[in-house]
Amino acid sequence: MSSEIIIEILKEVQKAYEANASEIEKLDQAIGDGDHVINMRRGMKAILEIEEELGSLKPGDALNKIGMTLLSSIGGAAGPLFASLFMGMGKVQGSDDIDNSKTVAKMFSSGVELVKQRGKADVGDKTMMDVLIPVSNLFSELVETDNLPKNEMLGQLMAEAERGMLSTKDIAATKGRASYLGDRAKGHIDPGAKSCQLIIFTICNYLINREESK
Amino acid sequence: MKKFINNVDDVLTESLTGFGSAHGDILKVHLNPNYITRADKSKEGKVSLISGGGSGHEPLHGGFVGYGMLDAACPGQVFTSPTPDQMISASQAVDNGGGILFIVKNYSGDLMNFEMASEMLEMENMTVLVNDDVAVEDSSFTTGRRGVAGTMIVEKIVGSAAEAGASLAECKELGDHVNEMTASMGVAFTSCTVPAAGKPTFEIAHDEMEIGVGIHGEPGRKREKTKGADEITRDLVDTILEDLKPDNNTEVLLHINGFGGTPLMELYLLFNSAAKELGKNKVKISRSLVGNYTTSLEMAGASITISKLDDKIIQHWDNPVHTAALRWGM
Repeated sequence: MSSEIIIEILKEVQKAYEANASEIEKLDQAIGDGDHVINMRRGMKAILEIEEELGSLKPGDALNKIGMTLLSSIGGAAGPLFASLFMGMGKVQGSDDIDNSKTVAKMFSSGVELVKQRGKADVGDKTMMDVLIPVSNLFSELVETDNLPKNEMLGQLMAEAERGMLSTKDIAATKGRASYLGDRAKGHIDPGAKSCQLIIFTICNYLINREESK
Repeated sequence: MKKFINNVDDVLTESLTGFGSAHGDILKVHLNPNYITRADKSKEGKVSLISGGGSGHEPLHGGFVGYGMLDAACPGQVFTSPTPDQMISASQAVDNGGGILFIVKNYSGDLMNFEMASEMLEMENMTVLVNDDVAVEDSSFTTGRRGVAGTMIVEKIVGSAAEAGASLAECKELGDHVNEMTASMGVAFTSCTVPAAGKPTFEIAHDEMEIGVGIHGEPGRKREKTKGADEITRDLVDTILEDLKPDNNTEVLLHINGFGGTPLMELYLLFNSAAKELGKNKVKISRSLVGNYTTSLEMAGASITISKLDDKIIQHWDNPVHTAALRWGM
């Protein structure tokens, strides 16, 4: 498999993001500073502007290039965090073998670990980590399960992402701008967690449809 | 939204271009990546001071680029931290061989972007993190206090020291010290509107104020009905003094900072209120600064910053400075 599938997935993510933009923006205006969607849009636009170059790269290099592009285009906290996710995935040995679930699970876990180091946030801080960490853990576990159909695995990952996203609703934030609100942040889903859930949902959904149309 | 805009995507570029044209004798604006440097290179071996942050706080930080303060500033999108490539390009442009000191306001985004720049930069560099906003409880488990109007005081003091030949480690130590001696707190009467968002960041009734507001319109400690200036001031000054715990007759710098939508007449009225309150607390005002220095777009409101002074800091404050927003002694 080549980098083209990465680009196809990114386009799907961009479409899904536009469809959900106003919902995420509302979440960010409630407990953030309202610029998350603007920044994510700028990042996605920057990646798709170098689509051709990405297509000519091996998957591992393409992921790293995507990370560097996000780093210099998004800004704010989301820039370094999403950049770290991609750069962490691209640096895994054998990361060009993106057809192999075990490799992809290893890559995802490496990416999530780098995000965790950069943001110094963990599960329970009301951030994107409430989605990324549980999904990464489950992914690593599921790829070791024998005879698990691919679509069953993808479905479980989607459900785990949803659970993680919803878990941010009733807690106070300890990291990022929402932390200044104290208890006033309770009752609102974290916009970063929502963005991650949406991205994971879109990727899994794309792969399920692709599998079924084979 | 009523603002001077041609195209919302061009606001930052057009504003920076205008800034560069207006102050060509002091500074130079570079685009893609965006950074502002002094028009003339500073002297060989001098530590280079670089700050940056989201735009919308003008004159912070670009207005403080020039002799006696910053060597470069990296403006991000409105209220969004700049990116590491800006900081790296700025560092390469202003390096004098004395090392780079980053002055960073304590927000997750700014911290992470400067941290990545610092790791990627193949040059000796250190960072002073400013967190003077006492409206936010400090805790090692959270993001902690925000960097607000006290940042320009750190930039002025360390800028003077760097000009006088202090080493990178000395500049870093002095910056940390000034940050520790400085505390701020603000209050907002209205919200602000980020151009790309097109609507106010938060809702606030015409008779309400947000005590402890951040410089991006982030919520503060409490929402209250508006009251007299003396009463509001007492609330802010008392919280600041609880943090600074000045001894009797401590000399301080009192900085009244407007958020962009409050006239100078009111800022001076606020200075008067704060001076009375400090007098009652036996604190001596020996330096003062009143004006819009760390703004929050068109937000109405102001912040009070108090810095405890010693002879060395006073000397650095008084030393000549020549920037777009601050100029004396030359």
